[in-house]
Formats: sequence, structure tokens, C-alpha cells
Amino acid sequence: MTGQRVTPESKHLEVTLETQVESVNLAEEMCLRVAEAAGFGEDECYRIGMSVREGVINAFHYGNQERPEKKIYLAVDLTEEKMIIHVVDEGKGFNLRDVPDPLAEENLLSTSGRGIFLMRAFMDEFDVVPGRTGGAELIMSKKLPGPGSPSPNGQGGSGGQNAAPQQESQKKEKQ
Amino acid sequence: MTLRATYRDAGPVTVVELSGRITLGDGSALLRKTLRDLLDQKRTRILLNLADVDYIDSSGIGELVSGYTSVTGRGGELKLLSLTKRVHDLLQITRLFTVFDVYSDEHVAVRSFR
Repeated sequence: MTGQRVTPESKHLEVTLETQVESVNLAEEMCLRVAEAAGFGEDECYRIGMSVREGVINAFHYGNQERPEKKIYLAVDLTEEKMIIHVVDEGKGFNLRDVPDPLAEENLLSTSGRGIFLMRAFMDEFDVVPGRTGGAELIMSKKLPGPGSPSPNGQGGSGGQNAAPQQESQKKEKQ
Repeated sequence: MTLRATYRDAGPVTVVELSGRITLGDGSALLRKTLRDLLDQKRTRILLNLADVDYIDSSGIGELVSGYTSVTGRGGELKLLSLTKRVHDLLQITRLFTVFDVYSDEHVAVRSFR
């Protein structure tokens, strides 16, 4: 991590991360702390942490091509309504429409390509836009738990409006 | 939590006990090395016990799929045992439940191998 800035109200936090594996854990831990402080329950924290993790993996591997001279920019905003996370890389950018569907039969045995899907499934909103660095900027958000939410033990909240359907829920787990 | 991996024999089946997180970096690398070592020893009936694995990211999923294709490519079988709820849900939303045979009882799992 090469830089960190927190506003006096701690409503905005941004860090510049090195393009290295350790940055993935660092980003996840940082956002988990913010999510816990914001009142998210255990399950929602897991989904947020996983999404941040996948976003930074995407920047590390696909965006920056694992090149150590490039940086990853992570920003977290807490508004009155939601937690918003931005992950910006220094790659060439990409279009969401070009990302193969990992649920398609022909992609099920692919060893990669599930990160975007997981972010879309676990967060309420997810988008990719051109970043200020010329790379991709991943923007994802999760609605803050309301006063009536059954937090903090994590049973509250949905899988998000983009959540994948619970397919084959009766599938083949054997005794 | 760093991934740990040990293995033991259950008849003709090698049961791999995993605990920790299977994530980008050391976790995925250890799973890859463990499966590669087993295949080098001609062990092609492999049951991964995931009872103590509470976290897998996309890299870990990729490693599971890679292990599956490597083992089946050698004419073997790779199956999963005792998924935690989060891992279960992850395999479900990624449709990998349609790929892996998943068991909750070791004896039933071991008997299912050809």
C-alpha cells in the first residue's frame, strides 16, 4: 500500500495498492472493517469482502497483467444509503458485454472467469466504466442495513438484485 | 487462515483433508501442488474433504476445476466431501454442483468410486 487518506468523518477512504497478491487480502480486510463499522451482518460482510477481493484480483491479473510497476486504486464511500466501492486498474479497460458467461455449459470447466459473476451476484449494483487511468473502473455497491435488519448475525439482506438464481437447489449432494 | 493439506488412504481412495482458505496465492498453490503430487503417485481416486474450508474465491474455484479436469483426464475421479454452507452456496451459484459429485458422508463417498 503506498497511500491512504481518510476524511475526518471517515465517510471516504482511498488507498493505492501495489500490483501484488498481498494487495488482495489487504483490500478485503480494509473493506471488511468498513462494512462491519457500517453495521453489515456477517453474511453481507462476507459478500462484500469477496466482491472486493474479486475486484482487486481482476485488477491485479487481468487489468494490470501482474505488472508490478502498475497500481491499483481502491476507494470506499459510505453514503447515507449505501457502501460504494471503486477498484481502478491501469490496464486497457474492458466491456462487460465481452465477458463470457461462466454459467454457460461450454464454460463450466473453465479455470477462470468467475470473478465478475461473483461480484454481480453478491453486490446490489455493479458496473464497469472507463477509469481515469485508462483502465477499467469497477463500481459496486451494497445498500446499508436498515434499523430493522436482522444484523449483525448476518441473516439479513439479499444476494443482491443481480444475484444468480438458486439453481438446482435440490441438486445432487449425497449422504 | 493459511490452507493446510494432509492426506490418508481410505481403501483405494485418497482422502485429502483441507483446512483454511483456498484463495489466490498460497492456498490455490498448495491445492495445485497436493493434487499434482497425488497424480504423480498414481493416486487417481481422490476425495477432497472441505469440512474445514470456509472460504474459496474465484482462484480457488479455478483450482478445484483444474484439479477435476487433471484427475478425470488420467481416468480417475475427484469428488468433494462435507461442504460448508458458504462453499456449498458458491458451488451452487456457479453451477459447479453439476460438475462435482458432492457427499456429506465419507463412507458413502468412498464406496461411490469405481
